[in-house]
Amino acid sequence: MPKFEPVLLARIHEPASAALAGYRTDGGYETFKKTLAMEPDAITALVKDAGLRGRGGAGFSAGLKWTFLPKNHPGPIYLCVNADESEPGTFNNRILMELDPHQLLEGIAITCHAIRSHTAYIYLRYEYGKCYRMLDAAIRECYAAGLLGKNIQGSGFDLDVYLHRGAGAYICGEETGLIESLEGKRAWPRIKPPFPAIEGLFRKPTIVNNVETLCCVKHILERGVDWFKSIGVPPAPNNPRDQGSFGPKLYCISGHVNQPGCVELPLGVTARELIDEHAGGVWKGRKAKAVVPGGISMGFLSADELDTPLDFAGPLKAGCLGLGTAAVVVVDDQTSMVDVLYNCCRFMSHESCGQCTPCREGTAWMTKILTRVRSGAGKLEDLDLLYEVAASMGIIPGTTICGLSDGAAWPVKNAIKKFRGEFEDYITSGRRSITPADELMAVH
Amino acid sequence: MPVLSDELRERIRAEFPKYPDKRAVTLPALHIVHDAYREVTPAAMVEIAELLELHPSEVSDTMTFYQFFKEEGHALGKHRVWVCRSISCMLRGSEELLLKLSERTGVKPGHNSADGKFTLEFAECLGACEGAPCMLVDEDCHMNLDDESAAKLIEQL
Repeated sequence: MPKFEPVLLARIHEPASAALAGYRTDGGYETFKKTLAMEPDAITALVKDAGLRGRGGAGFSAGLKWTFLPKNHPGPIYLCVNADESEPGTFNNRILMELDPHQLLEGIAITCHAIRSHTAYIYLRYEYGKCYRMLDAAIRECYAAGLLGKNIQGSGFDLDVYLHRGAGAYICGEETGLIESLEGKRAWPRIKPPFPAIEGLFRKPTIVNNVETLCCVKHILERGVDWFKSIGVPPAPNNPRDQGSFGPKLYCISGHVNQPGCVELPLGVTARELIDEHAGGVWKGRKAKAVVPGGISMGFLSADELDTPLDFAGPLKAGCLGLGTAAVVVVDDQTSMVDVLYNCCRFMSHESCGQCTPCREGTAWMTKILTRVRSGAGKLEDLDLLYEVAASMGIIPGTTICGLSDGAAWPVKNAIKKFRGEFEDYITSGRRSITPADELMAVH
Repeated sequence: MPVLSDELRERIRAEFPKYPDKRAVTLPALHIVHDAYREVTPAAMVEIAELLELHPSEVSDTMTFYQFFKEEGHALGKHRVWVCRSISCMLRGSEELLLKLSERTGVKPGHNSADGKFTLEFAECLGACEGAPCMLVDEDCHMNLDDESAAKLIEQL
């Protein structure tokens, strides 16, 4: 197979890759100018035809989402850019924003024209200080160059882009949690319907798209639908519901590998290829025991599932929740899955917004049960109890408003199913792996 | 005597034109006040509420949801140091790093150093997993740390 030439990350190694001058030398904003002469609906149709699926985790068709906006709406219509990247293991959007902010801004500008929006808010997690500085500078450059503001390039199109910083809450990555947070409230996800396209930010029609999704929009408009569909995996012919997995994708690889990093590849690379060919293999000459396919909320692949293609369909077939953010975290064979699962549960318990009882209580109890197991006082029945709690929380069993809960349950369900023997051995051997660091953090 | 200086009030008012509703300025206003005073006191909440035409309880409700903001009596030190404890960092020793840093400086997570120079905290995923273990010092993330390099960053504050 010929080596894949990165598109989204094509510019990141250039000196001053974040500056407007270099971006324009590389043809930047020419696509935006070209699209200003297009009918908005024609842009939406192209993005829909390209089969671009959201890169934030859910994989919903971006173009289709845009068509849900009411027709002939008097406005305002808003675009919210989801830059609250917080799924453990995920950092692809950070790289896009730090190193090529104009690529994102061009994607935003094209998208706003397509959805007839004149205001975009970038909801950026607070921890991304460098992203804030780079985007802030890039937005200023655009206003000064007449690429944002009133009557852009004499087209009659107005667009303002504002940066809005979060305050350290994972739930703001859920699109209606993000909207509530932007409105100045606690980030409690809303009951849907109405979906944001009908009633979103400030009760107006709103589209929420992920950073990487918007960057893809720019390239679809520049290179065409056929180009986008020539990359990735077409739908399975025997599955009419499969929308395929088209386009390039940023994969984050971290954990126990020799060369952690972010690589851009066609959708559908296997976990094994990612680890061996793009991350220098498992560290210290060890083997992988488990691999997170797309952020911890997607669950785990076991060592014999590493040939799973990481497209939108692959992880599902292996019992995972989905492709998620395509953040691959490798756990080596010297690490206890009990400790790994505890870390996942502690995160979800910390980040549950507390609105729905099954999630608030479920995440806390799963963490408590695993704390008991790790303190050497676990019982074999605890494993069934953990599974039962996990199976009763989330949108899939129908007990919560948002999918955070499914994401909290999935690693538990996968771990108990795929690594049950290890959990049983841990409990029956009376092992104990609580560390002084755990005790230090428990006091807080 | 108001708690918020004229300069802070101006900076908060400068956020208004970005949004159709003043309530959306809650987080920006809290950041502005928290950055300057290292905590948000009930009196400051009342003044933010006045500026935003809200009830103080609405500001309080939002503020306390985000554990980012410190309440009265828990003011941050001059600098804020966060050690990531989520999966990629944990797998590469961040919890031991936090423990060592805490022992070395005598500061427990969630507390300030005796000289008030810094607050030590743990964080959930900082999004710098390729450089695990990582640590955020104020607005800058530092990657691929070990006990020595992390301690040095704190000494240099």
